[in-house]
Amino acid sequence: MKGFFAFAWENLPYLLDGAVIALALWTLAMILGFLFALALTWCRVYGDRFLYALSTGYVEVFRGTPMIIQMFVIYLGLPDVGVVMNAFAAATIAMGLNSAAYQAEYFRGAIQSIPAGQMVAARAIGMSRFDAVRTVVLPQAMRHVIPQWSNEAILELKFTSIAYAISVHEITARAYEIGYSTFRFFEIFLVAAAIYLVMTTVVAQVLDVVERRARVPGIGAPAADRAGA
Amino acid sequence: MSIYGVLFEQLPYLLQGLGIAVLLLVALLLVGLILGLVFALVEIYGPLWARIPAYAVERFARGVPAIILLFLFYYGLGNLFSIGSFLAAVGALGFRSGGYQSQIFRGAIQSVPYGQMEAARAVGMSRMGAVAFIIVPQALRHAIGPWSNEFSAEFKDTSLAYVIGVIELTRQAHYIISNQHGHTLPVLLFAAVLYFIVNRFGNSLLYRLESRLEVPGFERRS
Amino acid sequence: MSQPLLVIEDLHKSYAGTEVLKGISFDLDRGQTKVLIGPSGSGKSTLLRCVNHLTRPDRGRIVLDGEEVVDKRINAIRATIGFVFQDFNLFTHLRALDNVAVGLWRVRGMDRRSARERAARELDRVGMGNRAQAYPAELSGGQQQRVSIARALAMDPRVILFDEPTSALDPELTEEVVEVMRQLASEGMTMLVVSHEMGFARSAADEIIFIEHGVIVEEGPPSQLFRDAQQKRTRDFLRIISGSYGQETAS
Repeated sequence: MKGFFAFAWENLPYLLDGAVIALALWTLAMILGFLFALALTWCRVYGDRFLYALSTGYVEVFRGTPMIIQMFVIYLGLPDVGVVMNAFAAATIAMGLNSAAYQAEYFRGAIQSIPAGQMVAARAIGMSRFDAVRTVVLPQAMRHVIPQWSNEAILELKFTSIAYAISVHEITARAYEIGYSTFRFFEIFLVAAAIYLVMTTVVAQVLDVVERRARVPGIGAPAADRAGA
Repeated sequence: MSIYGVLFEQLPYLLQGLGIAVLLLVALLLVGLILGLVFALVEIYGPLWARIPAYAVERFARGVPAIILLFLFYYGLGNLFSIGSFLAAVGALGFRSGGYQSQIFRGAIQSVPYGQMEAARAVGMSRMGAVAFIIVPQALRHAIGPWSNEFSAEFKDTSLAYVIGVIELTRQAHYIISNQHGHTLPVLLFAAVLYFIVNRFGNSLLYRLESRLEVPGFERRS
Repeated sequence: MSQPLLVIEDLHKSYAGTEVLKGISFDLDRGQTKVLIGPSGSGKSTLLRCVNHLTRPDRGRIVLDGEEVVDKRINAIRATIGFVFQDFNLFTHLRALDNVAVGLWRVRGMDRRSARERAARELDRVGMGNRAQAYPAELSGGQQQRVSIARALAMDPRVILFDEPTSALDPELTEEVVEVMRQLASEGMTMLVVSHEMGFARSAADEIIFIEHGVIVEEGPPSQLFRDAQQKRTRDFLRIISGSYGQETAS
């Protein structure tokens, strides 16, 4: 009966292969989510009543239901109406749609926190609404939103583990496999936990650097860390 | 059988699953509340040798996906104590919630202006007395907003207890669609609707609680 | 002559390598009112906060009524020292009445009803009796500061420390606070005040202490300082602050 570290070392490569899949899934989902969120945000901030209702409804639904159900719907449910796809694609789409809802909420909050005067000034020099948003409002809003967006990104990274339920061969699925064949569930999941921790820490650090690079004096809340006496 | 027939027939099981999910939610939130308060107070007011481990444990609770924690508790504690999947889920999700709630409480405590503590000490209150009677009551009001978000997130996460066999709503739904062919989508959507409704209901209760606690100077975030 | 109520002996304090208090010593007799004046950064507020150990001095002694101020008994000692903050620091979640009563109830161990009765009397004393049920957010700055003075008074303090009590107030609100302070001084309360309110200093202070760069430059009764200060630095400062140096106007 091998020791924990030998066991962990032996199975690490197999799990890391799963990590690659998880990262691929995550990257695609975040990109999908980002692009779709931009559209959703436009509808919610500048859209007419119909678009507003539609986009708000979308956000409410995707934020108000569990991720696993959303994955089931896309992977197991859509075939009912003739839309069939492989597990990875289903997971990507489900996560992307889900992430879009959260990102849209953060973007909306960030845009609405930009003083109205900024938009007014941009229009006053003749910019179209689209142009004003693109060159004046959005760059400021993006900086406001970075901390929340980082949290969302890390959250989605952990959500990749849910893809296990629809048979995507990522970290959690592989760990379960190994556990099932060796009965050393606890240990292998500990290794999986460590991998996730490393991934989330690295991502958090990278996003931290991005936030600092993008920082402009006067935008974004300063970190007010006041410990009690 | 038509979809309506299926749903009607299976409704009791789905509602049962919903009930288990709500039970799980209440239990895990309580565990998380206690852990969260302890972590937060230790991390802000505790000595260094306590702060570091507290922070490390909290980081672990927040950085590891829920499913992994569920498996760890089920196969870890489950083997040591044979506690069954429901309690393992309460432990795992409660532990994780403790990590998140600790963040919420820490932020809330730190948003109380330092001058409040000073004024309390200046009148002769002890540190603990000041924390209990001046800081925490104010911090709690700041915490309600983020706590509602945590509530929603945890309710949705009860669906993950499915993977260690807890017979909550998602598992019931999955069981139904494995046994009935061709009605997968409606069953799943129905489950989604149940989650959605209960989530909304919970949020509106919390919203009302927030109004009750409102005091001029702590206006509700709109 | 009886022993002074408050003795400050050779007080030193440094922040991040910079020495802010460089050996301050002075006394405060029972019933006296002394006003500390000086430019920003001179250490006046730090000095005040050292008296009740909100800031711990690096060196030196503080003796209150014959007892040295040390951390071991700090809560009991603080209960006998009143402190009025520049930013009022009223407890935001409590109504005015409870703000004043909470010290009596939590620290002195009074039952809530008696504490509230006493609190009501103190609020009347500062002219805020009719706003006892208001929350701090509903009160103006001057009103909040008066409540905060009532909070200090409720504890029957031996001495009250005022840390720039009017600096955070709009000009038209300072008078109501200064009036309360004048009243207290005339009733014989022992007060140590850091302030820019020259009107108060002139009329109510027994002595004015001018501090610059962490040392006492000059101290003396207002009549002397305002008319004929010994040090040039004192005269320069007073000229800037009061804009009417040399004129001893009755107020």
